[in-house]
Amino acid sequence: MNKQLLIASSLLLFAALYFGGSYLYQKSNASVSSDKQSALVRSNAFVLGNPDAKTTIVEFFDPACETCKSFYPFVKNILKQHPDKLKLVLRYAPFHTDSYYVVAMIEAARLQNKYLEALEVIYKYQDTWASHTGTPNIGLIWSFLPEAGIDVEQLKNDMKKPEIDAIIKQDIADTKTLGVRATPEFFVNAKPLVKFGKIELQALIDSEL
Amino acid sequence: MNQTQKSSQKAWLILFLAWIVTMISTLGSLFFSEIMLFPPCVLCWYQRICMYPLTLIFIVGIFSNDRTVFRYSLPLVAVGLFFALYHNLLYYGIVPERLAPCTQGVSCTSDYIHWFGFITIQGLSLFAFSLLAALLYFFQKVSR
Repeated sequence: MNKQLLIASSLLLFAALYFGGSYLYQKSNASVSSDKQSALVRSNAFVLGNPDAKTTIVEFFDPACETCKSFYPFVKNILKQHPDKLKLVLRYAPFHTDSYYVVAMIEAARLQNKYLEALEVIYKYQDTWASHTGTPNIGLIWSFLPEAGIDVEQLKNDMKKPEIDAIIKQDIADTKTLGVRATPEFFVNAKPLVKFGKIELQALIDSEL
Repeated sequence: MNQTQKSSQKAWLILFLAWIVTMISTLGSLFFSEIMLFPPCVLCWYQRICMYPLTLIFIVGIFSNDRTVFRYSLPLVAVGLFFALYHNLLYYGIVPERLAPCTQGVSCTSDYIHWFGFITIQGLSLFAFSLLAALLYFFQKVSR
């Protein structure tokens, strides 16, 4: 066999393996496998929108993540457009330093029926408390929470509850099961958002409506 | 077939094998980052910088029957080998990782694959660069 032919056929083989492999990989990952689907939605997770909606968006977020902050109004707006057909399940992926405690604050605010209010005020002042050049100063959050009508003393007590710890630990375990490595991570009816972006998320939601 | 032809054929085969190694490494690393969407860390990038051009250098060497390809490829293999070695030492904790703030980058000690309990991406990289170094050594030996 001459050199040219050998090299050319090797190149073809490599191309076939690469593209064939990517096709198979993407096909097998187009949806979360059925044995892992229980990790997507937990009964104690916070749900926004119609709880009986047939299309479920699952978002794993970190309150210190800037992209999560920028996606929040976007996703909320999509929900507003389809109030009956959509629900958003919010899950925690506290990857940043000290995000665990911020997530505990949000979860404790839920006991005061102020989940979204807490989340929104924490996002609102994200630039202030979550510096990306150093460690976040989560102590600052206490002074912002009363703005959302949250009883901070009550919240501090509630944060110590083992149920809250259990919820966050479960969410972290689920990020590992589902292979969530970056935030925000979206799943629409168990289909992960493969290519990240607002347009791509909108398209994925539209295809599932 | 005389001695020169024989050694030339051996040299060609070695170069071809080296090219196959660089192609597998290049496409494999691209598969990890582009298809499986594992973000590559800084050290992975340095190793990629050394690996990717070798796919073309070896091809040119193969077609032009250029024995001096050793000289052009060795620096890249050496630098790649150095980073792969350092990366593995870092991963196994032999060299301590500098404390770094949480940024959007990726830690060089994070684990994406762990096949059979010991195969990691940086391990594969070290294997590939070592293999290339060995192949280049034999190439130089038979082409002399």
